[in-house]
Amino acid sequence: MEKERNEWVYTEKVKDHFLNPRNILEDEQSYEDDGKGIVGNIKCGDRMMMVIKVDKDKNVITDCRWKTYGCASAIASTSALSEMVIGMPLEEAYHISPKDVTAQLGGLPEHKIHCSVLGDKALRAAINDYYQRNGMPEKVQKEEARIICQCMNVTDHEIEDAVLDGARNYYELQERTKLGTVCGQCKDEAIELLEKYKKKHFGEA
Amino acid sequence: MARRQIYMDHNATTPLHPEVKKALREGMELYGNPSSLHSFGRKARHMIEESRGKVASFINADPEEVIFVGSGSEANNTVLSMLMCPSKVCSCGNADMAGREIITTSIEHPCIMRTSECLQDRGVPIKYLSVDQYGKIDFEELAGAITGRTGLVSVMMANNEIGTVQDIKETSRIVREKGVLFHTDAVQAAGKMPVDVRELDVDFLTLSGHKIYGPKGIGALYVRKGTPFCPLIRGGHQEQGRRAGTENTLGIVGMGKAVEARGKEMNTESKRHLQMKRALKEGLAGSIPDIRFNGHPTDSLANTLNMSFKGAEGEAILLYLDEAGVAVSTGSACASGSLDPSHVLIATGVPVEQAHGSIRVSLGRGNTMKDIDYLLEVFPPIIKKIRDMSSAYKRES
Repeated sequence: MEKERNEWVYTEKVKDHFLNPRNILEDEQSYEDDGKGIVGNIKCGDRMMMVIKVDKDKNVITDCRWKTYGCASAIASTSALSEMVIGMPLEEAYHISPKDVTAQLGGLPEHKIHCSVLGDKALRAAINDYYQRNGMPEKVQKEEARIICQCMNVTDHEIEDAVLDGARNYYELQERTKLGTVCGQCKDEAIELLEKYKKKHFGEA
Repeated sequence: MARRQIYMDHNATTPLHPEVKKALREGMELYGNPSSLHSFGRKARHMIEESRGKVASFINADPEEVIFVGSGSEANNTVLSMLMCPSKVCSCGNADMAGREIITTSIEHPCIMRTSECLQDRGVPIKYLSVDQYGKIDFEELAGAITGRTGLVSVMMANNEIGTVQDIKETSRIVREKGVLFHTDAVQAAGKMPVDVRELDVDFLTLSGHKIYGPKGIGALYVRKGTPFCPLIRGGHQEQGRRAGTENTLGIVGMGKAVEARGKEMNTESKRHLQMKRALKEGLAGSIPDIRFNGHPTDSLANTLNMSFKGAEGEAILLYLDEAGVAVSTGSACASGSLDPSHVLIATGVPVEQAHGSIRVSLGRGNTMKDIDYLLEVFPPIIKKIRDMSSAYKRES
């Protein structure tokens, strides 16, 4: 549908950020960052690095640079995120979600949402790195995974990833994660999380 | 730099040949049902049979051995689906095909791969032959894989992604020696290299119209005379009862004209494409570091060049090339909407991260050496731009 409208899979904003990416980390060696985060794996097709400079008195991000290995939506969402956070207080930046980035880009095709989720993870990793370096380990919010399906060892993070990857119902969730395929005791909790993440990322009830 | 629009994705589909367009315009006047006995019907019937003759002569078959179907995918589905036909009334039932094992390869087109998986779920055992780093099957593995339970072997003639061409004559010899039926998907090979069903000695062979400058929505299946067969689509006497449904008269007319034109142009075009491909390959190898060429270096379609770039993702490369006016395709997962990169590249041992960064250029009759020059001009800066922002590429300095 979108292709027919503007002959591009993506919105004009995505296209602009993809063709003219902002804030690329050009000289990695000489850039003196206050925090650095690297997430993803090139084997999965995405790997992102974000570095930030921080005004230590005001706790505000003064610069954000990045490098990313990934598709057009990965490049565009990292670029858009870097623009969003410059001048933003650390606390606020910490809570940016993929949905915020997607909104900034005017939307992404649903099957490309998972390409955009690494940016905010890399940013949080960079902010955590800043807190660690500056003696504020108590501010680091650990994102520890919680095991939901004991039989198949599936965590809430994996459920979130499956939702971002397109799972919309319990069956699709099972197809992707294999959760609940042994004893089935986790079904209610898994469905609860499924609905939560659907709402978080896609605004669906 | 003048902006151009260059189509280099001919393995995906091709534009209509000018002669096909002309034939289609004339064919639009044919509205009679080819099954009708009156003059309107007879005219349409005549055009269909004329096209059947052209397709038959294109592959050195007899006209009655050619069945028109809706696509190459339908032809492949038809052949494979015979292995689950429980009917005793069709000829495959008599041949006791149902439930027998299928042997195919790990680099087939998705219409073979997905159909095989589906058949497996319904109780048909499937074996997948491995391929070497160039995409070639191993004849010893093939011979060893065939058992008394094997009902069909299906090996594609030329691969759509990497262009590797199998030795179908030898493959068929091994298979038929053991009394097993043999099918080859020649959708990519046909029109790019000679395809002769007598010389190849195959039982079934698949063709598609839109890969050879014909219309979309038309394909053909060669079925050797006397070979067990059952239709996928039932309920009509059309195509000698082997494919029900009122014939796609216009598509058939277009496909007939397309093979006729291919027959005239193919040989000189292949030589031209080979020169262009060499120039492109050498030019890119000389101007872009950390590039890898996939597929067989010599046993390959003259028009197909597949390559991977370290540290650059395929969809990003494709879209930058598209902005520069060049249309190609990629084996990257991101472009397909799945999480897995090309099964063909993975089967040939290309590392996953490089499979994500693969690009296929497939030349066609409209491409010239000027297009190659243009591509050589725009390609290196695009790879440089992507690598400069890549977190997975370190430039050697």
